[in-house]
Amino acid sequence: MKKGLCFLTIVFLFLSSSFAYPLTADEIVEKAEEAAYYAGKDGRADVKMIIISASGKKRIREFTILRMNTKGKDQKFYVYFKAPSDVRKMAYLVWKHVGKEDDRWLWLPALNLLKRIAPGDKRTSFVGSDFYYEDVSGRDIKDDKHILLKETDKWYVIKNVPKDPDSVEFSYYLVWIDKKTFLPMKAEYYDKQGRLYRRIIAKKVEIIQGYPTVVEAVAEDLIRGSKTINIFKNVKYNIGLKERIFSERFLRRPPREVR
Amino acid sequence: MKKAFFLFIFLLFPAISFAFSTEFLGLEIHGFIDARYGQRVREDRNEKDQILGEIRFQTDITGQLRDIIFQVKADFLYDGVCDDRKLDLEGTRSPIDLREANISLSPFYFIDIKIGRQILTWGTGDLIFLNDLFPKDWKSFFIGREEQYLKSPSDAIFISLFPSFANIDIAYTPKFDPDRYVKGERISFWNPIYRRRTGRRNVLNAIEPNNWFKDDEIAVRIYRNIRGWEAAIYGYYGFWKDPLGFDINKRRPFFPRLLSYGASIRGTYLGGIVNSEFSRYVSKQDERGDDPFIPNSEIRFLIGYEREIAKDFTARFQYYLECMEDYSRYKETLPSGYVSKDEFRYLFTMRLTKLLMSQDLLLCLFTYYSPSDQDAYIRSLIKYKLTDEISVMIGSNIFVGKNDYTFFGQFEKNSNIYVALRFNY
Repeated sequence: MKKGLCFLTIVFLFLSSSFAYPLTADEIVEKAEEAAYYAGKDGRADVKMIIISASGKKRIREFTILRMNTKGKDQKFYVYFKAPSDVRKMAYLVWKHVGKEDDRWLWLPALNLLKRIAPGDKRTSFVGSDFYYEDVSGRDIKDDKHILLKETDKWYVIKNVPKDPDSVEFSYYLVWIDKKTFLPMKAEYYDKQGRLYRRIIAKKVEIIQGYPTVVEAVAEDLIRGSKTINIFKNVKYNIGLKERIFSERFLRRPPREVR
Repeated sequence: MKKAFFLFIFLLFPAISFAFSTEFLGLEIHGFIDARYGQRVREDRNEKDQILGEIRFQTDITGQLRDIIFQVKADFLYDGVCDDRKLDLEGTRSPIDLREANISLSPFYFIDIKIGRQILTWGTGDLIFLNDLFPKDWKSFFIGREEQYLKSPSDAIFISLFPSFANIDIAYTPKFDPDRYVKGERISFWNPIYRRRTGRRNVLNAIEPNNWFKDDEIAVRIYRNIRGWEAAIYGYYGFWKDPLGFDINKRRPFFPRLLSYGASIRGTYLGGIVNSEFSRYVSKQDERGDDPFIPNSEIRFLIGYEREIAKDFTARFQYYLECMEDYSRYKETLPSGYVSKDEFRYLFTMRLTKLLMSQDLLLCLFTYYSPSDQDAYIRSLIKYKLTDEISVMIGSNIFVGKNDYTFFGQFEKNSNIYVALRFNY
């Protein structure tokens, strides 16, 4: 009898893990955040940003980005610009704090000056592109309520509604999350009139060191008609970054990881 | 002949660097061509109407040999206003303005060293400097050159140490690097000797300390980041950076000795950035404050706040105070007929920055306003990036003041507007 119970328990445990309870919207979003922004202990990528205005004018930004996960969900970012030449050698440092204002600095090599940047609105354009600061470092998932709208065999479709509607320009946004990789593959933003005005699509995904990684993404401003293509190259994870790199010393003297 | 020679050099270097643009023998070569023109908006009988007219070609070469990084940044300048083509690597009045020429290395993991000509700066002020006693180029600042030209280079050794408790920076300048101060050749100013504004017919001829290792300067900063708050203490021993002393025997201005120390803090607060800084200037040649021809010791204080008030729109405000020590002794000893300074000079600054059109268009307004001096200085700039390489600018430097002798008021006749075109490569 005892043996039988034990066996049943094992069977039950096995079943419950393989035929898992359906995930809640919050759990899905948490897994998606993990996959999109926290892969590995640290990472690096060379980024090429192609900004195309409505009139077809092209702008190129090239930079190397280093990321390190620190305490809890906090992270540090180091962005080192390589092109165009008027921003070359500028470096942007972020200490991201979850639930608190981030600390941000900009290193201006021509002035040999470390400028502190006002925390401000994270939903403003990153270096003139159609991506926002928040798209680069990740939006705090606690800022939105998440509703699982639809589940297909390929996608979870999540509706995200801001808890503080006055703090953002959207009324809600939808995210399509890949069920296998948990990567967000598409996001559509609706404005206060309910109009679709902004879209981000992950165009290409590669498995790098076991981590599914978006290597090409496009952000479109559907009202202005501009778009930005982000291409990620030389992506590497767990490169053994030291936390001291994310400091004034290494803004003055860029570490070899970015040069 | 001489003219032709300089023209040749002026064209040769840019041509070479241009030909091998971006990469050559592992060197990175970049730079820009910048042409600008500025005109006075008020008549100044002491100066030409044209305040700025130049073509500048900057070449910036960086390379690396193992762990040693070297950099040379030189500006080849054709200056149509001050046409003195003497080769003078210390000033801006020459066809070559060598901005940087240095090597940097990290011999041990806890030490970084940079040797040679370099741009140095520190402190928390926005266009106000308390503990930053590295040379400034006020002439370039006032006539409409790019803001980066306010910082003029130092010939120094800069050592950074990184013990566990703090970071330590030491800047040693073996021969005093003064500010590129207003002398009169291009900008008219209040001349206390003549008790009126003077200009290019009465160029200030100051005695500059120029003995290597004797007339040296040392500046130290110890700083630490405490949970996002940047705290620093500073020290400096050298000279007042402008010729504020007057040698009665030689009838020439000079640079009196200066010792200074201070502290600063900067961090995020109330959704913005707060900064505060103080310093004490000890005028070593007039510690009692009874020599009217040498500035008295001073306390300086600054507090500022910056925040983003709308999308791509930031505002920054500062309050700045200079307080003269031993004021009663200064008043007692000041010869009659001289304009007396106030015990307290204070001012407010406001910077508004707005980015438009995918950050291609920049609008910037910076105002200094001093209620104690009853004067103001308003800087405006509109910059538009036509492409990643080409930008156009239009700006102005407007000085107003009730009196002719106050800090900004004295420059009233130099108020100007300028236009510029820049090509980056």
